[in-house]
Amino acid sequence: MAGAGDEAAVLPDLLPVYYRRLFPYPQYFRWLNYGGVRKAYFQNREFSFTLRDDIYLRYQSFTNQQELEKEMQKLVPYKIDIGAVYSHKPNQHNSVKAGNFQALEKELVFDIDMTDYDDVRNCCRAADICHKCWTLMTIAIRVLDRALEEDFGFEHRLWVYSGRRGVHCWVCDDIARKLSQTARSAVAEYLSVVKGGEDTIKKVHLTHPIHPSIEKAIVLVKRYFREYALENQDILGSKEAWEKVLAMVPEEIRENLQTEFINARNSDKRWDMLKQSVKTTKAIFTAEEIMLQYCYPRLDVNVSKGLNHLLKSPFCVHPKTGRISVPIDLKTLDSFDPFSVPTLSSICRELDSNKKPEEEDVTSKESEPESKRRSRDYKKTSLAEPVRIFDEFLKKMEHSRKGVLLEQSDSHRDF
Amino acid sequence: IVPYHVAEMSQSASQNILYFYCILYFSCFPVLKSIENIGVSFVKTSEQYSKKLEAELRKQRFHFRPVRSPGVFEMRRKDHLSHFILRLAYCQTEDLRRWFIQQELDLFRFRFNELPLDKQQQFLKHNDLDYNITAEEKEAVHKNVIDGSRLSTIKMEFLLIYKIHFTDAIDLIRNRKVYLNRGYAYVPHPEIVIIVLNEFRQILSKALALTKRSLPVIESDERLQPLLNHLSHAYVGQDYSMQKNVGKISLEQIDGLAVKSFPLCMRQLHKALRDNHHLRHGGRMQYGLFLKGIGVTLEQALQFWRSEFIKGKVDAEKFDKLYSYNIRHSFGKEGKRTDYTPYSCMKIILSNLPSQGDYHGCPFRHSDPELLKQKLQSYKIPSAGITQILDLVKGMHYQLACQKYFELTHNVEEVGFSHSHPNQYFLESQRLLNVGRDVKKEPSPPEGSQRSQNSQPARPASVSAPKSADRLASEELEMIFSDG
Repeated sequence: MAGAGDEAAVLPDLLPVYYRRLFPYPQYFRWLNYGGVRKAYFQNREFSFTLRDDIYLRYQSFTNQQELEKEMQKLVPYKIDIGAVYSHKPNQHNSVKAGNFQALEKELVFDIDMTDYDDVRNCCRAADICHKCWTLMTIAIRVLDRALEEDFGFEHRLWVYSGRRGVHCWVCDDIARKLSQTARSAVAEYLSVVKGGEDTIKKVHLTHPIHPSIEKAIVLVKRYFREYALENQDILGSKEAWEKVLAMVPEEIRENLQTEFINARNSDKRWDMLKQSVKTTKAIFTAEEIMLQYCYPRLDVNVSKGLNHLLKSPFCVHPKTGRISVPIDLKTLDSFDPFSVPTLSSICRELDSNKKPEEEDVTSKESEPESKRRSRDYKKTSLAEPVRIFDEFLKKMEHSRKGVLLEQSDSHRDF
Repeated sequence: IVPYHVAEMSQSASQNILYFYCILYFSCFPVLKSIENIGVSFVKTSEQYSKKLEAELRKQRFHFRPVRSPGVFEMRRKDHLSHFILRLAYCQTEDLRRWFIQQELDLFRFRFNELPLDKQQQFLKHNDLDYNITAEEKEAVHKNVIDGSRLSTIKMEFLLIYKIHFTDAIDLIRNRKVYLNRGYAYVPHPEIVIIVLNEFRQILSKALALTKRSLPVIESDERLQPLLNHLSHAYVGQDYSMQKNVGKISLEQIDGLAVKSFPLCMRQLHKALRDNHHLRHGGRMQYGLFLKGIGVTLEQALQFWRSEFIKGKVDAEKFDKLYSYNIRHSFGKEGKRTDYTPYSCMKIILSNLPSQGDYHGCPFRHSDPELLKQKLQSYKIPSAGITQILDLVKGMHYQLACQKYFELTHNVEEVGFSHSHPNQYFLESQRLLNVGRDVKKEPSPPEGSQRSQNSQPARPASVSAPKSADRLASEELEMIFSDG
């Protein structure tokens, strides 16, 4: 794997190639155009580009796929963010009377960032991640995805690896896109369980009866807890580590556990002791609270709340790691490895090395337009799989849209 | 488009009718005012709250229950008209609208809860909120509904459950107080009031916005304009701006008063000013207007701030250039010549949060509990009292916490007023300290009986009628300052 420094250095050379030959424009446009059911839905969408040397352009907007393509190839943005759908074309926002230019719709988005787990990770700090802590993201996706589907009834949830230390979720259902700011923050609050800052020791408080949604989250967390927390993170492995956990148990059993823990063989045994002794106290949910504090997804509520908040686009290249922000297939979530995600340099290399056989192919069909040939280039690289996942997501969305349209035309015929 | 009620008002030509509206207003405004007062002192869902409110409404002859009697139509007409007059008066600014909506919501909640079940259902049906679920569906979800809504002791067979789209149950979702399945919220009957309230809030706030838009039409009627202005001014009872006590306080007294009679926020600002010889803008506004409210004149204010600031990094010339304009401005002597009123607790708590280097805000709201504790300890508040205050802070009852602080620093059992303004705190404190000097404290009624009874010990007039409160307060002040 190329080091982070190398990846930043190749950006100026390889990004133009990526935007010219590999970026999946057709799928991208299909996504944000939402079937073209509403006119100007794509045209009124805000994009923002961060160019080389941190030049920041907000309120970009495009009339169609061709224009988007042209601009991206011309400006070669280091980072692309997606904003809201506005009442007017964002690139003309200055010509609209102030106050009339308003954000109307946006996907309901969630941003989970590994830095927010620093108090419960023993392996890495800040922007660093490793296989040991990545499980936290797996758990986060499992818990949130279940709630979004089963509790809120959202069908179209696109999970994306951010390219560095976190994941994003784009909920694309009609209802989700139309949610008000208040509703968005309410949903985010509903999904937030871990609360409190640096000065709060116990950040999860459960009361009887436990809400069904939390109950289900606990079941999901339990599936990972032993292997993740007790083995890999070894949260009860040393005195220093278990003191942090014991700070969360009721005082009456704390001292006893402190002595018992010293003689216990490993984290696993100590966890069993803790669970046993908690049962004798009034705080019967202490074990669950600890599990949630260590594993429950920690959302950046502000990102979800704001209708006009920008979020990094899928298929954007992370400027530091060079990794492509790719969709995650939940069917194989447990084996998703952020370190084997295609990077800008890896896919450009693949493009070069696979040139030979394909070139013959090309000469045989010279009549084919350049754009069409280009649209298949990504298939020669490891970008093919992420694009396939994206495609699948789009097909499902188009399918359900067709269902709705049929229903509508049916009801029309009835009259 | 002019809403119906507005049209009706502008068409009513005779002065008599205007007079009638005026009367109506004064019969309804105190109702909202008492709702606010009781709402600050009690938890809104508690039995105590309902009892207190019921007693208060009875006292004011406000009919909150549907009645069957010949006069019912006239009564409802009166209720409706007064509501619309209040709308006119309270649509003018954001603050007024927020206050009005909050009180109307509380009144609505109370009235809705007082209705018998069949009437409640009728209401829900009438407003398209009646989505009962089938017996089978109920069977399937009932455990989840109970757990999700944190209801512990309700018999399921009597429980009505409404199935509504989650976007209609936002308030319940925010607190994770409802069971959600596939996009639908299953709301048990007692909770449906929250949904209804939300709906009511939206309607009311839209209506107020509309009313505001049609205000210019009404303002062109010179008979109404002064009336409306007057109405909304009565909103906090008094705004503690122009008092008759102006000039009856000397700058030497301030240090002493700060310790004895200032609420904690002002005491903190005063101390910060004396320590640092400087306050940032937010602090100068909050403290400066408070001082103005207790009777400091413009000349005194200029002298007060100048003498303090020049002890620090600011020399007299710089002070005159940078700060005196602002002080004159806040006394209405510069710029658009608005005579600014002292900040109320609500404003201090909600707006302009203090950041690094600021000392303004509400210490109960904006201080770290640990720091608050230390501060209270240093002010020699007994530790039991500190615990009580911290509990109130934890429950987000910042004004009650302040009230407790008042009780503890003045050695009284119950303050006898509902605290909503720093200047009110000051007046009450002075009143108490000066009265205590010559009159022995009245024996307080025995514990227990005091709380459970419907009839309350007579409260000071300052909470009920704005008119008399104004007069009373200034008379008190006369007494206080002529005394000192």
